[in-house]
Amino acid sequence: MNPITLQNITKTYEKGKVLAVDDVSFSVNDSEMFGLIGPDGAGKTSIFRILTTLLLPDKGTASVCGKDVVKDYKAIRGMVGYMPGRFSLYQDLSVEENLNFFASLFNTSIKQNYELIKDIYVQLEPFKDRRAGKLSGGMKQKLALCCALIHKPSVLFLDEPTTGVDAVSRFEFWEMLKRLKKQGITILVSTAYMDEVEHCDRIALMQNGKILSMDTPDKIIKSYSEKLFELKGDNKHKLLKDTMTYSDAVGSYASGESIHVSFKKNGKSDADIINGLKGFLESKGYQHIEIVPTVPNIEDCFLSLTKTEIHG
Amino acid sequence: MKQFINFIKKEFYHVLRDPKSLLMLFGVPIAQIVLFGFALTNEIKNSNIVIVDNAMDNASQKLIYEIRASKYFNVGQIFMNPDQMDAAFKTGKVKLALVIPKDFDNDLQHLHTAQVQIIADASDPNTATTLTNYMTSIISDYQNQLWQDGGLPYSILTQQRILYNPELAGAPNFVPGVVAMVLLLICVLMTSVSIVREKEMGTLEVLLVSPFNPFLVIFSKMVPYIVVSLINLTIILILSVYLLDLPFKGNLLLLYGESSIFIVCGLSLGLLISTLTDTQQTAMNTSFLLTMLPTMLLSGYLFPIENMPLFLRILSNIIPAKWFYIIIKSVMLKGLGIKYIWRETLILSGMTVFFLTVSLRNFKIRLQ
Amino acid sequence: MDKEMVIKADKLTKRFGDFTAVDAVSFDVAKGEIFGFLGANGAGKTTAMRMLCGLSKPTSGEASVAGFDVFRYPEKIKKNIGYMSQKFSLYEDLTIKENIEFYGGIYGLTNKQIKDKGTELIDMLDLQAEANKLVRGLPLGWKQKLAFSVAIIHEPKIVFLDEPTGGVDPANRKQFWELIYETADKGITIFVTTHYLDEAEYCDRVSIMVDGKISALDTPSGLKKTYNAKDMNEVFFQLARNATRSGD
Repeated sequence: MNPITLQNITKTYEKGKVLAVDDVSFSVNDSEMFGLIGPDGAGKTSIFRILTTLLLPDKGTASVCGKDVVKDYKAIRGMVGYMPGRFSLYQDLSVEENLNFFASLFNTSIKQNYELIKDIYVQLEPFKDRRAGKLSGGMKQKLALCCALIHKPSVLFLDEPTTGVDAVSRFEFWEMLKRLKKQGITILVSTAYMDEVEHCDRIALMQNGKILSMDTPDKIIKSYSEKLFELKGDNKHKLLKDTMTYSDAVGSYASGESIHVSFKKNGKSDADIINGLKGFLESKGYQHIEIVPTVPNIEDCFLSLTKTEIHG
Repeated sequence: MKQFINFIKKEFYHVLRDPKSLLMLFGVPIAQIVLFGFALTNEIKNSNIVIVDNAMDNASQKLIYEIRASKYFNVGQIFMNPDQMDAAFKTGKVKLALVIPKDFDNDLQHLHTAQVQIIADASDPNTATTLTNYMTSIISDYQNQLWQDGGLPYSILTQQRILYNPELAGAPNFVPGVVAMVLLLICVLMTSVSIVREKEMGTLEVLLVSPFNPFLVIFSKMVPYIVVSLINLTIILILSVYLLDLPFKGNLLLLYGESSIFIVCGLSLGLLISTLTDTQQTAMNTSFLLTMLPTMLLSGYLFPIENMPLFLRILSNIIPAKWFYIIIKSVMLKGLGIKYIWRETLILSGMTVFFLTVSLRNFKIRLQ
Repeated sequence: MDKEMVIKADKLTKRFGDFTAVDAVSFDVAKGEIFGFLGANGAGKTTAMRMLCGLSKPTSGEASVAGFDVFRYPEKIKKNIGYMSQKFSLYEDLTIKENIEFYGGIYGLTNKQIKDKGTELIDMLDLQAEANKLVRGLPLGWKQKLAFSVAIIHEPKIVFLDEPTGGVDPANRKQFWELIYETADKGITIFVTTHYLDEAEYCDRVSIMVDGKISALDTPSGLKKTYNAKDMNEVFFQLARNATRSGD
């Protein structure tokens, strides 16, 4: 039995005018870390709210731990841990008061499930008398995770837990999630940071309520349908602008310290493509140009998959 | 049960840690009572009165002298006949008149008893009551003085006549009105804002995705405000008895019981507002609109309902504060028991049950 | 080379009681430069940025922005800078045009300037069809680009961007950076904070704040060389991992 299953879930708002989730189906395996990856407005939060029984879907069925999200909502509410996108703890209560409150909400205590939260709680302990509103972004997320874990849920829903958090805290947070996964907890997590997909077992890339692609991160990268090259040269701003006018390329954008240029796979060899681009840029007066084939990252995949959506 | 207690504890933390809501909860009622109190005493000092002295004898002269010595009264003309007095009242400048009968001294000396008449302009009933009380107390002082001087028990009977508003209907005292308004405001405003705050902060989302019964969430939110409201009621009563010298005549237990019904009514209304609004700001505005205005205008507290147009008189019946105002006035000021107010109590209880049912039905166990 | 410096900070410090939020920070930013201002949560970025925007008085040290001293002329600074953040940008319940008119108005543009600038801006962003629609209905990526364009409508010398691309999809993020490049090419200085470390690579120079101090400041390639790192992520980790102030 899969801990999370969605079948043809559709959700609209404002009497059908706004389509938030568009016929989405997927299922998550036992003790898997499954990532919903996509920008704001992709429909991630609606999916979370449907699975946590907070919203009713317009169409389709979904179940969590074998229970139907509409009919058996009460049973689901006792079994899952949920961390909404916004920081949703009481800012005027201290760290310890928040934890105690959420523990009693689930009829348990900090002591009873201390093993599960120990790793995270030791980092919070020095600040246990501090009001939650006065914690840093990273600490708030850790506290929220503790509160979501306090009743030992079998499924954990984390809606953009790392948004607005600095890179180091984000990394630590993912390490914690991996340890939880090892203890058998199934995790559905969403993020807008493309570089975080490496932490997930499987991911679904989402945009405008639809799943663009779903697989392991490696397989998604392997299924990249274009040829990608890395371009380096002087005067990056101008170089990018000029490269964008090269009509043979299907995409060109800044990526890290270099520029990524993508081409359709149409039988041309790498050398031909490189020479073509080089010639074009040299005719524009660029000299020290370096072009090499490169392996795409998830962001490149996302951009390739959403190409039709790009304006301008 | 432990869950429930923890929840209530959390609600108390919220209340106690927010200086603004604390000020709102306890500052507003105290300020209202104190301000009203001062406004009243200021008005009463140096009030213009006239005296109709039909006796013109030794005793009446002495009584007039005592009245002149009091800081409350500004004795204007001494008239010889009642027509002059009527004319003086009509100018509106005179608040009270004292009529001393013929043979005042003679009656006192020989019968040891005499009558005087106090006539007050009750178009402002608060002032009329207070002035009449002051006048009565000056006269009884005078009577005691005579007794000590002469060693004989004299008694002066005062006969009061209230002009223009004989039953003092309207607002014999503002304290019951303040009680009604403060209780309603706190209950409606605080409940609606505290629930909507959880919506706005996103904490309601987490609460809903827990096995905790959503209705217990609501009830645990009500408990702290019931406690706070009862504390407030006590503060108001203490202030009005000790600071404003208001006599408390009724049964205290009955008063608290009736107030509790009204408090639950207010909390239900607050809950109803919270289910219909999404931001603290709208919740606050709606609460003000639904509590302050009707309570001030239609409960009979500031404006007598009898004098209103038919439409407003009918409308006033659906204002819970109107019924509570009648109840609390009867208990506090007239000392009446449940026998006399069971109808009002029943109506108020009915309204409470209605609001509670509607708001609980309206409360969503999911997000919209 | 003698470049014009539009931001000069010298031992800039801000203390709240015993707590030193910004600890003797010194740096210069040149005209037309894209300056990345990085740091862990609680490192003091926001406080430093507020001082530079004239919103908060430094406890000690010196700083000038657009040629004006932060102590003496905070009001003049405000006229010469633009500001945009992820949290506060445009009024959702006004239309695109109304937002442009409003912001143009508060920065003292004439009606004609507002009209010309507004048309130019709407054309540049390809928003002709949406000009009279409420901002609320726009996708986030578009809102952010519009907010940025509005923040520079009065052609400030410097524009401060506080996490401008949070939650924006990759395609729109790329376009947002193209806008930033164009703006910098016009000579407007860009001062930007971000949690996306790949975006740090797009900056001309990057400073990384740790515990109230600037612990590194260089070009992205310079930083990578110094810390022997393959990308900015590694640089950031080496510096920020040992931060002591993570709880604040």
